[in-house]
Amino acid sequence: MSVSYPLAKPRRMARPRVRISRPLIYLGAILIVLWSVGPFLWQFSTSLQLDRDLIGDRPKLLPIPICFDHFVSIFVAKSFHRYIFNSLVVAGTSTVLCLLIGAVAAYALARLDIRGRFGILGFALAVSMFPQIAVVAPLYVLASNLGWLDTYRVLILVYLALGLPFVIWVLFGHFRTIPTTLDEAARIDGASPLTIFFRIIVPIALPGIVTTGLLSFIAAWNEFMFALAFTSDIERQTVPVGIANFTDLHYVPWGDIAAASVVVTFPLVALVLIFQRNIISGITGGAVKE
Amino acid sequence: MSPKGSQRIAAKERKEKRGGRASSRAAKMIFTAKRNLTLDKRMRSASKPDREDAIPPRYPTRRRSGIKLPRWRPGPWLLLVPALGAIGAVSVYPVLLGLWLSFRNTTLASPDDAFIGVSNYLQLFSDGQFWNAWSHTVEFTGASTLLETVIGLGMALLLTERFLGRGIVRAAMLIPWAIPTVVTSKMFGWLFDGQHGLVNYLARSIGLIHTNINWYGSPEFALPTIVMADVWKTTPFMALLLLAGLQTIPRSLTEAASIDGANPWQQFWLVRFPLLTPSLLIAAMFRALDAFRIFDLVYVLTGGGPADSTEVLSTLTYKNLFSALQFGYGSALSTVMFLTEIVIAIGFGIFLLKRFREVKV
Repeated sequence: MSVSYPLAKPRRMARPRVRISRPLIYLGAILIVLWSVGPFLWQFSTSLQLDRDLIGDRPKLLPIPICFDHFVSIFVAKSFHRYIFNSLVVAGTSTVLCLLIGAVAAYALARLDIRGRFGILGFALAVSMFPQIAVVAPLYVLASNLGWLDTYRVLILVYLALGLPFVIWVLFGHFRTIPTTLDEAARIDGASPLTIFFRIIVPIALPGIVTTGLLSFIAAWNEFMFALAFTSDIERQTVPVGIANFTDLHYVPWGDIAAASVVVTFPLVALVLIFQRNIISGITGGAVKE
Repeated sequence: MSPKGSQRIAAKERKEKRGGRASSRAAKMIFTAKRNLTLDKRMRSASKPDREDAIPPRYPTRRRSGIKLPRWRPGPWLLLVPALGAIGAVSVYPVLLGLWLSFRNTTLASPDDAFIGVSNYLQLFSDGQFWNAWSHTVEFTGASTLLETVIGLGMALLLTERFLGRGIVRAAMLIPWAIPTVVTSKMFGWLFDGQHGLVNYLARSIGLIHTNINWYGSPEFALPTIVMADVWKTTPFMALLLLAGLQTIPRSLTEAASIDGANPWQQFWLVRFPLLTPSLLIAAMFRALDAFRIFDLVYVLTGGGPADSTEVLSTLTYKNLFSALQFGYGSALSTVMFLTEIVIAIGFGIFLLKRFREVKV
């Protein structure tokens, strides 16, 4: 639409610059970055310091001299690789299953003729808000009756079900943005819904699916309570349980804890930074569209 | 502060327009938006559709193009079976089983397993430990939700400004969210350590305190320390959610307000805030529901101590279940938590509905 501005140049008027002043903005930005990365950097520095420096009178901000004792200690004395392996198995398997089952369900909800799809979506959302403590006891009883305690499968199944509502919601949003004419064309050509899903929808939505998978992997990797309740054997315990149990009899091994924290968090931080744009749209997409 | 604010601005625009002055694009946009709203309302009251029909144009319906599409026999419901099966087996069935357990005196330590009616619940309501944990949970939920929403809103407002390195700031904000909560607990355990913690050292060196504070080792500071850890971890995430909400508000509205001479403060309270309220409430609701079930932070950092000063409902329930092995009583506890969550959700829901209605009328 064309609007005539009799007085000033229109461009000038459309962008008023009376806001917070620049230096304040940069100060705020620096504070936010410090807030976000400061504690983790301190943990990183701690992991590289000697024990006697850690309990000295003046904390040293920089690890000089650098020592890798804590990293050696967690792998040699505390067999931390065992926990990492368990976590990879559990989180990896549950993520793959979650994506497969969740994507099919999201596809059905978003693009097929299903009555009451919003009822189902609402149900999934409600389920994800359950206090998890409410299901841990009954599931424990069930798992022990089945002889599933201290197994990977019980954790995989639990993480699968915990991750599904999120995956369904996010992928539902993704799939709805793909033009339906594609489906219609394929249907006229005689493709079944599953063919449409695997040959058309999945390839188009692949970036979104990968990001969603990353998010549900992080959630499973970080989960603590079910892992704590369902595993007592170090052969099956995951990383969070391992770190929580890092206490010695007489003192807290802060250096070892820091090293373990760095080992398990560094890959997550790297992944998050690489995929940050997709992640932000993934986690906020469902939230603001009601 | 109310939607009336933006209406007032719109009315002002209208008056100016009638007075023969130049109309602005923004004013027109407001008009269009309002007209659409009323049209929308009229349409709705005309045909009273359920939510299902509200979005049909995007979905393939068989009749739409006039061509008869081959129908898939087993029905699309089949595709939902695995997902609903998994959710049912791990969420719905256990909740019902938990409800059933809560009426029994089941323990794993003895063969006791009989129906005892509501006595678990009666015992619960006269249990000092329960009320202790209850009040800590409510305090924690209130404090963390409030702080995270307010600070998060501040961060989000800052990030709506364009400045060099904004992308880096936004990326950095994802880090606390990605770190496992157990690691966060240990990290804060070390930062706030009573003897060698960095926080004590820094506070001493700038003269805030004279002697070290035993943060999470003393009953008066333990819960605030946990709130701080949670605020650290969740606020940036909250800010990103609110930022997404803020970005859906058309820039032209604040521009129109500023042309009318509204200062940044008024622009925020009269234009952006009323429009942001739904996103804000939804974000706060999810945060409150999540905060209410806090477990990891407390369990790892203090284990509920010292002297039960940080015991929350989840940790108390967990101890009843897996230390005392009282599955009946523990299930009663978790059922009460569950009901409270529903109450919180309904409370926010009603508030939100009222808000929506206010905005639309």
